[in-house]
Amino acid sequence: MKTLNFEDLTKIRKKAQATLNMRELSYAAVSEKSCGLAVGTEHIELLCCGGTGCKASDSAKIVDNLKAAIEANGIADKVEVIVTGCFGFCEKGPIVKVMPDNTFYTQVTPEDAEEIVKEHVIAGRKVERLLYVDPKTSHTVSDAKHMDFYRKQMRIALRNCGFIDPENIEEYIARDGYAALAKALQEQTPEQVIDIIKQSGLRGRGGAGFPTGMKWGFARNYQAEEKYVVCNADEGDPGAFMDRSIMEGDPHSVIEAMAICGYCINANKGLIYIRAEYPLAVHRLKVAIDQAREYGLLGKKVLDSDFDFDIEIRYGAGAFVCGEETALIHSMEGKRGEPTLKPPFPAESGYNGYPTNVNNVETLANVPIILTKGAEWFSSIGTEKSKGTKVFALAGKINNVGLIEVPMGTTLREIIYDIGGGVKNGKEFKAVQTGGPSGGCLTQKHLDTPIDYEHLTAAGSMMGSGGMIVMDEDDCMVSVAKFYLEFTCDESCGKCTPCRIGNKRMLEILTRITEGRGTMADLERLKELGEIIKDTALCGLGQTSPNPVLSTINNFWDEYVEHVQYHKCRAHQCKNLVTYSIDPTKCKGCTACARKCPVSAISGEARNPHIINPDKCIRCGMCISTCRFDAISIS
Amino acid sequence: MAKEMKLACNVVEQVEAICDKHGNRPGELINILHEAQNMHGYLPEEMQRIIARKLNIPASKVYGVVTFYSFFTMTPKGKHSISVCLGTACYVRGSEKLLEEIKRVLNIEVGETTPDGKFSLDCLRCVGACGLAPVVTIGEKVYGRLESKDVKKILDEVAAND
Amino acid sequence: MEEKNMITLTIDKHEVTVPAGTMLLDAAKTVGISIPTLCHIDLKGTCVQNMPASCRICVVEIEGRRNLAPACATRVTPGMVVHTNSARVIRARKTVAELILSDHPNDCLTCPKCSDCELQRLVMRFNIRTMPYNNGEQSVRKQELTPAITRNMEKCVYCRRCESVCNNVQSVGVLSAIRRGFNTTIAPTFDKMFSDTNCTYCGQCVAVCPVGALTERDYTDRLMDDLSDPDKVVIAQPAPAVRFALGEEFGMPAGTIVTGKMATALRDLGFDYAFDTDFGADLTIMEEGAEILHRLKKFLAGDKDVKLPIMTSCCPAWVNFYEHEFPDLLEYPSSAKSPAQMFGAIAKTYWAEKMGIPREKIVCVSIMPCLAKKYEAEREEFKVDGNPDVDYSISTRELGRLIKRANIDFVNLPDSEFDSPLGESTGAAAIFGITGGVMEAALRTVYEVYTGKTLPHIDFNDVRGFEGIKEATIDLNGFELKVCVAHTLSNARKVMDALRAGKLNYHVVEVMACPGGCIGGAGQPYHHGNIEILKARAAAVYREDEGKALRKSHENPDIQKLYKEFLGEPMSEKAHHLLHTHYSDKSIK
Repeated sequence: MKTLNFEDLTKIRKKAQATLNMRELSYAAVSEKSCGLAVGTEHIELLCCGGTGCKASDSAKIVDNLKAAIEANGIADKVEVIVTGCFGFCEKGPIVKVMPDNTFYTQVTPEDAEEIVKEHVIAGRKVERLLYVDPKTSHTVSDAKHMDFYRKQMRIALRNCGFIDPENIEEYIARDGYAALAKALQEQTPEQVIDIIKQSGLRGRGGAGFPTGMKWGFARNYQAEEKYVVCNADEGDPGAFMDRSIMEGDPHSVIEAMAICGYCINANKGLIYIRAEYPLAVHRLKVAIDQAREYGLLGKKVLDSDFDFDIEIRYGAGAFVCGEETALIHSMEGKRGEPTLKPPFPAESGYNGYPTNVNNVETLANVPIILTKGAEWFSSIGTEKSKGTKVFALAGKINNVGLIEVPMGTTLREIIYDIGGGVKNGKEFKAVQTGGPSGGCLTQKHLDTPIDYEHLTAAGSMMGSGGMIVMDEDDCMVSVAKFYLEFTCDESCGKCTPCRIGNKRMLEILTRITEGRGTMADLERLKELGEIIKDTALCGLGQTSPNPVLSTINNFWDEYVEHVQYHKCRAHQCKNLVTYSIDPTKCKGCTACARKCPVSAISGEARNPHIINPDKCIRCGMCISTCRFDAISIS
Repeated sequence: MAKEMKLACNVVEQVEAICDKHGNRPGELINILHEAQNMHGYLPEEMQRIIARKLNIPASKVYGVVTFYSFFTMTPKGKHSISVCLGTACYVRGSEKLLEEIKRVLNIEVGETTPDGKFSLDCLRCVGACGLAPVVTIGEKVYGRLESKDVKKILDEVAAND
Repeated sequence: MEEKNMITLTIDKHEVTVPAGTMLLDAAKTVGISIPTLCHIDLKGTCVQNMPASCRICVVEIEGRRNLAPACATRVTPGMVVHTNSARVIRARKTVAELILSDHPNDCLTCPKCSDCELQRLVMRFNIRTMPYNNGEQSVRKQELTPAITRNMEKCVYCRRCESVCNNVQSVGVLSAIRRGFNTTIAPTFDKMFSDTNCTYCGQCVAVCPVGALTERDYTDRLMDDLSDPDKVVIAQPAPAVRFALGEEFGMPAGTIVTGKMATALRDLGFDYAFDTDFGADLTIMEEGAEILHRLKKFLAGDKDVKLPIMTSCCPAWVNFYEHEFPDLLEYPSSAKSPAQMFGAIAKTYWAEKMGIPREKIVCVSIMPCLAKKYEAEREEFKVDGNPDVDYSISTRELGRLIKRANIDFVNLPDSEFDSPLGESTGAAAIFGITGGVMEAALRTVYEVYTGKTLPHIDFNDVRGFEGIKEATIDLNGFELKVCVAHTLSNARKVMDALRAGKLNYHVVEVMACPGGCIGGAGQPYHHGNIEILKARAAAVYREDEGKALRKSHENPDIQKLYKEFLGEPMSEKAHHLLHTHYSDKSIK
């Protein structure tokens, strides 16, 4: 057990910085000069993404193979493999980055490991086929800096993700980690720290965007024997994984921020409420907490000051509503995760009735750097009322799926076309959904809207936690609305009437519409019911649950009307509204579709055009994906 | 209780030990349920009663919590637990069709287990591998960028490897 | 000081000044604005409370707030401007009610709660004439018929009052919300039947259910059949608390004492004899009082093994409670049966012999403020060769319904007396129906028997009132008798936990399961959360007591005669055989 004091921390920082310098400096280095041991490079680091996405693509095996190849070639003293957090560019994962020449290999397989070691590391020749190809120029790009995906990003919350080894506290310390905590404990009063957070303009990144400094201020004002700092890591929004990536890639930033918050609101206990579905994040947090304790950064007398602070982990168990802070608190108390009316806010009466401050992961990840770089620096980024950056999980029908961080005020167009590389397969952009089940759809007309809290809300969506799902012409907006409402119905706690029954009734109406049984009166009823649910539901989940429906009604009214009046789904997504048919001029009679059809709806003789029996057809699409002659169409 | 098989003595002891480890605090209920389920695979009624007794809370409350959270289950899972991601990213890339195909191939509904006990089928919301959408997990393994036509092959492979 | 804690706000153009912390709902009441509610209940002064703010019926508009707010759980703030009847509010409330109706059977005409249903009242009040959201899916809910309670959960509106009382008021914890979303419901442990759980049948869930989801098991048809059977001798025994509440079923003000009208109505209904459980209550005091004295004497003689405190055992839900939850402490409660069961045992022996009627021909019907009595009557130990001492029990409400069905104009009935000999009672019996009443009745007798002196003050005010746990010390010739009175089972649990921990220093403890005692029983006319009703019934109890010529059980001449002619002494072998019982471990392992 090392109990560090402030001086020790500085020493570790200096020492560790020296080893990190190479990674730091590499950005400026000319890669050719340092590519491979052949040109005399003394130390090479292979950074391999150990995030959930890349791990799903066998990145652990890549690491093993890299290590084995290094060992086999007897260069272990000069080459090191480091498992990092997410690089963000999940579309091209697994990613291996070679330092100091800063080469960014994409879609690496375990079989490629040996080649990277032999060719790149030893011989100094880049493995061309693993380099990223810019879709616009068709040229390879070896350095992440020059990729459009990274060029417009500004990584503050993700500053350490993909850069440091998340399981090595000294690498975090080298990146000014725990400096903000040390400074606060040593030089600042809690009020001063809260003031800095207030001045920075940081707002909650998990939902409605409440000013973080004010929240801390409230929690500070309530006196009690015990107080709690809670980190909301129950990222339930389907299609959002920014919090997970931060915890996997930079767990100490969350721990440090929680300790700072504890100092500010006079709390000695921290709780992290995390989804049990995030085993890797849980593991990294546990490692980080243990290390922080070992270094005297958690526990009694933090950094040898009079401040005690420790953190426990609590698991979620699969309930989206637990992202709502009162529900989250009940869940941590071992109860059903049902929200309760606010006020009283958790700042007054939270965990076990004690004053509690709840912030989400991304919010907390911003805190240490704000304190080290200053409120002015942070507030210079972003728009008038929305400061700093926002992390988005960019997914759906987009070329570059991944985790991105951009300054507030970046337009949708920049995100989708510059960073995201445009819509997949050259299809036409239709909508982008933000804010998950609480948000709404933005369309073509919103492409140049600056993304911040105010503009998103004005456009009928919301920031939410930062899911950003791109949809193209093949997506039916009625079905998308139905998808979200199904989610809400599944995840509603059932406590209040509007959410429990109202959303169910809205879903039934939507189902009728997608099955061609809707009426124009149904559309009016959807709008009316949606407005009343928003107005009367108990918690944030219920109050925002109609948003996906209302925003699609607003932006895609014609599509709804088509479903109702003409029984037509232009995206061919609504099964009941489409028929499959075989074009006899294209069909070669190869019988492949008939053999694949799960319900034997296709008949015909070999080498003669086949036909589909519409009464038997279940519209599963199997025939279309089987046909090699493009003979099957949907109408 | 009547229809339940009695838990083996060592299972009872293990559950009690889990409760003890958490200080028998009612606030730790969810952590305890997680550990019990990890150990035993599911949370039968008798196990919930043991936990309730240890924590000195009504068994009805334990059951209320178990049925609230989708992570907890009172039925044993199949040898291979299949989860289809229905997160938005996977949804727009066709995970619903994958789910239909798996249901068709295995002839079970979501939440069910095949009669031979080999496969059970569930849905989940986002494993965070959106770059690989649509995603299906079987046990620990993640299968990405799947199409309906891949389903049968993968399931056959998994079954063959037993 | 007081100025500082008052808050002024505007509600529908009325300026209102109320203490800080007041909820909007209560603030509005002070200016005569009654905001509709459904899930909310607050029986002020007791622990019966449920304010989850979840039904969203009571929403109001607060200027400056984005969403509507529930009046039941929103605290007043200075300068708040509230609209309780704006078009937005009225429309939202109506829609919320329509949504509730869309997951409700709407078979109101044949529902036992028809015309006494809080949802039905809202529908009338909101002028709902169509059900636009109907024809959708109905949530999955179970039905069950227990000896005491009928559960028909498809009618449940998920107000969760039952869950609150079962857990917070009674600490029984059988009911809990299960599942989530649309199919969430309230269910007994493991979604089983009440009969498979440690439900005590206290029925407080029924007492607070706003709709017909939880009602009593109805025995009125069975009773009608028995009354019209010429071969049967049907005798009635109404419990002490019934006469203080039955009038409410006929629109009489709460607290009206209808003893005489009830006796007339019972005969008009066709009961062969209208007796009185109050007789059984006086008898209970004789037996229980003797048992108290017996244990006290042993204790004073230095017997270390004597089980003290002795606990009353009149309340059947309380009996179920300790059999389920405190099987290690079964030697503490008195072995005396409840008044109703004592009555049944005497009616089918002493009286039957006297009248020369065979036991099998007698149908003994108890009329109770209670639902647990229905279960008690079915207990095996209260049967002789399969024939129960009390054949079955009906509630105050069921009696009210029977009287209406029989075209009896109850309000204008003349008074009459109960039949003799099982109809005579004292004031001590009258107060059995209220928390502290059994204790007070026992003390009146115990004091006089123990000290040999006449009581200087017959009223024991320390054991009166709605406080959850009351205590008193009585000087018995220099011996300080310490007594404790608890009502609601959560308070009883506190007492039992202290006993188990060896930290209880009382000699006698009275427990009644229902808030306020039997006057707040689950079989009584619904109070709909109005505490004034319980207060009026309580006042009536003590009025009745004061009006009685005899106010001590041991002075009841028919009781004295019963001992002389039949039982001998209290706790005699015969008395023990007929009037005492035993308890068994019924805990669920």
